Amino acid sequence: MSIIIENVTKYYGSYQALQNINLEIKSGELVALLGPSGSGKTSLLRIIAGLEQAENGNILFNEENYTNKHVKDRNVGFVFQHYALFRNMTIFDNVAYGLKVRPRKIRPSKTAIEQKVTELLQLVKLEGYKDRYPSQLSGGQRQRVALARALAVEPNILLLDEPFGALDAKVRKELRRWLRRLHDEFNVTSVFVTHDQEEAMDVADRVVIMNEGKIEQIGTPEEVYDQPKNPFVYDFLGSVNLFKGKVHQGKLATGNVEIHVPDSEDGESTGYVRAHNFIIERESLETDSIASVIDHIHTIGPIVRIEVIRQDINEPLEIELTKEQYNNLELKKGEIVFVRPKELKVFVDYMAGI
Amino acid sequence: MLANHNSVAAETNKPVILTRNATKEPKSIQWILISIVLLFLTLFLVVPLIAIFVKAFEKGADAYFAAIAHPDSMSAIKLTLIVVLITLPLNAIFGVVAAWTITKYEFKGKNFLITLIDLPFSVSPVIAGLIFVLLFGLHGALGPLLQNYDIKVIFSIPGIVIASIFITFPFIARELIPLMQSQGTSEEEASLTLGAGGFKTFWYVTLPNIKWGLLYGVILCNARTIGEFGAVSVVSGHIRGMTNTMPLHIEILYNEYQFSAAFAVASLMSIFAIITLVIKIFIEWKTDFKSSKVS
Repeated sequence: MSIIIENVTKYYGSYQALQNINLEIKSGELVALLGPSGSGKTSLLRIIAGLEQAENGNILFNEENYTNKHVKDRNVGFVFQHYALFRNMTIFDNVAYGLKVRPRKIRPSKTAIEQKVTELLQLVKLEGYKDRYPSQLSGGQRQRVALARALAVEPNILLLDEPFGALDAKVRKELRRWLRRLHDEFNVTSVFVTHDQEEAMDVADRVVIMNEGKIEQIGTPEEVYDQPKNPFVYDFLGSVNLFKGKVHQGKLATGNVEIHVPDSEDGESTGYVRAHNFIIERESLETDSIASVIDHIHTIGPIVRIEVIRQDINEPLEIELTKEQYNNLELKKGEIVFVRPKELKVFVDYMAGI
Repeated sequence: MLANHNSVAAETNKPVILTRNATKEPKSIQWILISIVLLFLTLFLVVPLIAIFVKAFEKGADAYFAAIAHPDSMSAIKLTLIVVLITLPLNAIFGVVAAWTITKYEFKGKNFLITLIDLPFSVSPVIAGLIFVLLFGLHGALGPLLQNYDIKVIFSIPGIVIASIFITFPFIARELIPLMQSQGTSEEEASLTLGAGGFKTFWYVTLPNIKWGLLYGVILCNARTIGEFGAVSVVSGHIRGMTNTMPLHIEILYNEYQFSAAFAVASLMSIFAIITLVIKIFIEWKTDFKSSKVS
């Protein structure tokens, strides 16, 4: 089922949580709402679910207006960050709940409910836990129950509010892979909220990046990562280095170096360079070679993280090399090297809010 | 060695003991503190309780049962039970509604509402009784109106019920508000998203989560309703066999020097109180059991 969000605005008192949000989600898509806390992503999700009402705007499911439909009539599956399992019910009863509370006319028979619940518990690999209570399960198990419970009612749309936020790193990684497989199997339109950019990039078909109640960019993970529309998105998706300076005739002057930036407007600007987009050399070969002192070397994992201090303006840069590059260079702490940005994106300063 | 062995045993059975070690006093201080508490309780609780029963049976079991079976006593017991039967359900409903309103909705003046709910705790019961006399009495604000329709509130059962409700309504709400606050609203939200309506959500999700707290509040409310003297005394008019509740009846008997009879009825009230306590202990044990299962 497709979702269309039209001009949605939401206030909490005088605070504007959402400003004129427009978003279209195609049927069967898995979309991530990504943003820092306070960006309005959870509010938007709750408005889609009907748990909250927008002041303005419309919510359409399959082009039918659902704006004024009560949450219980929307047939959405909602997964909460802290699971929200019914603590007084067994796992079986939790999953069966949505079917049991249906009006008699459309309620499945007892055996049909039992069969459905058993199937779902098998799917989430918790069939042996059906008589336990939520408090007897681990966080990851509880969230799987919550998912099974949401899927039991065969929802039009699956909404997940920071579903893995309360879990430890390893379980989180497992569960998000599992969510992706589950989504591919059920093919239910899904929207999940996260503040973890890695999680969003890893799981979603499309990522919606939100900030201060507005959508900053919508696109596939590759699009938003490789072509960030503005400094916020650039900064939010992974570590980035800033080169503040002035652009004049296609050159960005920063410190005592000049970086070649064709097609850039003149004026106060900031260049953005991702940590892995640097070349480290022993000699100054170009006008954009920045003399720097190696301050720290972190060699854990396949990527080596190097912190250098620019000698001209004494500002730190964060650089990532592969282990192979690092081994070839034989870098040592305290050494003076020349750092050259491989790829640099310039944004004129008036729109840089960071 | 021994200490080591103990801590290992504690680890396998009850790890809690390990964390308590730091706050554990020496044995001697423990005994002194326990003795003080026991002595105090004996002097101020056990001895008077025994005294009630001794005094009640002073003239023998026959006199005891005769005193209780006396029509005036029976009428007082019956009236007390009627008041309890009306007060408890009304206050239970009010308590749940008030707690629900305060914990599940956001609105202005919430703190003021909570303060209002506490009002009966801070107002002297006698004054509470007087308020109702001034309101419903013959010369009160609503007196003439009620008289027109021939409705008697003061010096009759409705007045006693109203006064009892006023005195005891904070108990259940006070018990439920912190409980429901700690539980939050996400289970209710989950229920709604799964297609359950408001009533089903309350019945299957909210009520089971608060049932022990609710019962605990009802027990406290019940104990206070049975024992309420001040407010009821002002509005009842002390009409024998008509508007005397048990505490009022005891006072009358006592003032007439019928000590055995007075203590006989008092012993009956004490038995009610003890039964209440036993139920309360059971509920506490039950909720403890539940919460330990949750943690």
